[in-house]
Amino acid sequence: MATFNLNINGKKQQVEVDPATPILWVLRDHLNLVGTKYGCGIAQCGSCTILVGDIAMRSCMLPVSQIGNQAVTTIEGLSEDGDHPVQKAWLEHDVPQCGYCQAGQIMNAVALLKANPKPSDEEIDGAMNGNICRCGTYVRIKAAIKAAV
Amino acid sequence: MTIVKTTYNRRSFLQTTVLAGGGMMLGFSWLASCNPTPEEVLNMPKEWFNINGFLKIGENGVVTIMSPNPEIGQNVKTSMPMIIAEELDVDWKNVVVEQAPLNTDIFTRQLAGGSQSIRQGWQSLRMAGATARHMLREAAAQQWQVPVAEITTAAGMLYHKKSGKSIGYGEVASAAAKIPVPEEVQLKDAKDFKIIGTSRKNVDGKKIVTGQPLFGLDYKVEGMLIAMIAHPPAFGMKLKSVDDSAAKAMPGIKDVFTVNVYNEGYEKQWSDTTAFDELVVVVGNTTWEVMNAKKALRIEWERTSAAENTEGYMAKMAALTAKPATQLRKDGNPEAAFKSAAKVIERTYTAPFLPHNTMEPMNFFAHVTADKAELVGPIQTPEFMEKTVAARLGLPLEKIDIQMTRQGGGFGRRLYGHFVVEAAVISQKMNAPIKLVYTREDDMTQGIYRPAYHVTYRAALDADNKLIGFHIRGGGIQDSPVHADRFPAGAIDNYLAEDWTLDSNISTGAWRAPGSNFIAGAEQSFLDEVAEAMGKDPIEFRLELFDRAKKNPVGKNNDYEAARYAGVLELVREKSGWGKNDPAGVHRGVSAYYCHNSYVAQVIDMVLENGKPVIQKVHCAVDCGIVVNPDAAINLVEGGIVDGIGHALYSTLTFKDGAAEQSNFDKYRLIRHSEAPKAIEVHFVNNGIDPTGLGEPLNPPIIGALANAMYKATGKRVYDQPFLAGGQVLG
Ligand code: FES
Ligand code: FES
Repeated sequence: MATFNLNINGKKQQVEVDPATPILWVLRDHLNLVGTKYGCGIAQCGSCTILVGDIAMRSCMLPVSQIGNQAVTTIEGLSEDGDHPVQKAWLEHDVPQCGYCQAGQIMNAVALLKANPKPSDEEIDGAMNGNICRCGTYVRIKAAIKAAV
Repeated sequence: MTIVKTTYNRRSFLQTTVLAGGGMMLGFSWLASCNPTPEEVLNMPKEWFNINGFLKIGENGVVTIMSPNPEIGQNVKTSMPMIIAEELDVDWKNVVVEQAPLNTDIFTRQLAGGSQSIRQGWQSLRMAGATARHMLREAAAQQWQVPVAEITTAAGMLYHKKSGKSIGYGEVASAAAKIPVPEEVQLKDAKDFKIIGTSRKNVDGKKIVTGQPLFGLDYKVEGMLIAMIAHPPAFGMKLKSVDDSAAKAMPGIKDVFTVNVYNEGYEKQWSDTTAFDELVVVVGNTTWEVMNAKKALRIEWERTSAAENTEGYMAKMAALTAKPATQLRKDGNPEAAFKSAAKVIERTYTAPFLPHNTMEPMNFFAHVTADKAELVGPIQTPEFMEKTVAARLGLPLEKIDIQMTRQGGGFGRRLYGHFVVEAAVISQKMNAPIKLVYTREDDMTQGIYRPAYHVTYRAALDADNKLIGFHIRGGGIQDSPVHADRFPAGAIDNYLAEDWTLDSNISTGAWRAPGSNFIAGAEQSFLDEVAEAMGKDPIEFRLELFDRAKKNPVGKNNDYEAARYAGVLELVREKSGWGKNDPAGVHRGVSAYYCHNSYVAQVIDMVLENGKPVIQKVHCAVDCGIVVNPDAAINLVEGGIVDGIGHALYSTLTFKDGAAEQSNFDKYRLIRHSEAPKAIEVHFVNNGIDPTGLGEPLNPPIIGALANAMYKATGKRVYDQPFLAGGQVLG
């Protein structure tokens, strides 16, 4: 057990956990931020994607001890009221079906658009390929990413 | 003009009351009405007459629809309230949809949303809305002392044209609640629909994109512990011994013990399917701690039945398909037709086991105390699982309360609720609220899989290249995919359908469009080959068969309407420009199928890039009756197509020594962004028929269109799913 001072969604949070604990479980079990989802636990599905700084990371294999004082953003911290451009584009295109994978999809799309505000179809495919959706919402996700400005 | 009765055998489907703070509340039965199918109503469980949907009209005119239906991804939580709002004649802006509140006994029963929901709810939801509207009109007529027939409505307002009077619903809602419920009400004509047929956004959209707690895995209460299970590493094994000393000593761990899912001698219902009865349970404070402790268990397992291998059951299935099986249907004289045939085409198709892989793994919350059990989570069969839990815990049925959360995908997996029982038993043993969480590995290796299937088709052509005989024989693991009365039965004079099933210790069950998810692709590939052998265009060939089935059907009980079948095929032909405007350099495959009450035809446009199939476009025509929420319906169509293509191309679960060889997404392949079709164009047949579902009918036929396009692209037919098992290069 060790104490970590984290910067989550612009708020200082202190947790006392095993240093190896993936930040996914710190968020979900300790900080009650359940928007970040568990899908595979081995960095293969993208459901747990968060931003560390401006970079999309798989939180399920990222030990809390490696976060340091970097700013972490989760789906809950993307905007006050769901009005981040990517969230708005997702609503406009009515993307979700079951919705479970969508937090991860959105966070990865946010990181992509920060790095590349006008991605081509191929660039979208390349960046989003690790985010699996069993409901098959890929066509809409691509349209939403292109529309998000 | 449709008039529906609000009572059946003197039992009313509706109840009204004045809201405590003013306004009207109408309670209704979400899926029960007596029109148009009284037999179905008669066969419904008694509870379905009970009130489980509510419509509130507040004095401020806000309409709240409380839906007992959880959302599983098929948009029922939006589209079903739209139907009520339509008949009520209110502005959708003023409608709030709420999920039934947890921990209340107002709602007698929650129902799982499936692709049949829209079909079953269509009449009852319309009736509820129309009744409330009628009572509001009565109330206004009384207030204004004018005949009710002169009262019209629009967007939540009541009007009396002659006197120029108008009033909002909210203002007469309290008075309307005191009007007796009419015995029958008139429904709107489809041409007057203002909400049905217009696209409305998912009512939970904002909660999803902002990460609100909606799913079972998100549910928590104060003092809740986390539980995980260890199950045998292979089918046909059971627990021998467990050394839990290391696990128990780990931080945050509360207890390790074994549980039996069902009591000895318990007679399982269909929804109780599971292959593993005795499980090792680890309970602790947090998910990570429990995950680690689970890895520290030292467990010995022992074999109780044969270890199955993929090659082994494939060989067994082939042997069964090679010999006569149970005859399901015979028309004419198929033996003679094949004997006299100038040419016989025979092809065999196979498909592997598939896990459901809902993105949200199985999980359930349970809090069992001495006299009651409170259970919360994603389950499609709460009414069945309440019985099982009651039997397992030894509590009366009315003390078991199962509440449903939003479900991170279902696809049939959450019909089988062994994990609900497991959660209940663990909570009882711990005497604490617990949430049982399956890891992805648990979820994928302890599946209720789509059965592996095997089928052989044969077609007899005479010397003039006419199709004179058709034979299908096939089966699967614990389930047969053969539907003897489906097309092309009814269109061919000499027809024989046979099937078999093969037992296994591997658990299998329903998986998005059961049976159809395999047989549609096999049949539609085979018909493509037959058309080619006959020198016919594949669409023309199918249309000729439909024409025959329409004008002069062979046999009885043909399980399709040939005209609607032909309708979708003609529509997709027109919209894709098939045979007229075929895009240059593009390989096209076509398919059409009817299952789960909806007709679907699809054309795939494929090119090969570096030996990989790239689907440039899918053209899709759907006849699912009236489309309630078109954009949401298109989303479902797109999803079904992507899902069908993905599983047919990439997905397989193989077994070695009884164990699944793929346990997570590092080895198991689901389709990814870059592999989805670049575009999907959807066209609905506009025929005013009552709506049917879209969750299941889309993924079956696309497999046929895919196989047929792959043949055009490569010159080679594909018969065994997944078509790209080893990621091979084509062309
Ligand atoms: S849960 Fe982290 S990538 Fe799947
Ligand atoms: S929306 Fe269901 S998994 Fe993506």
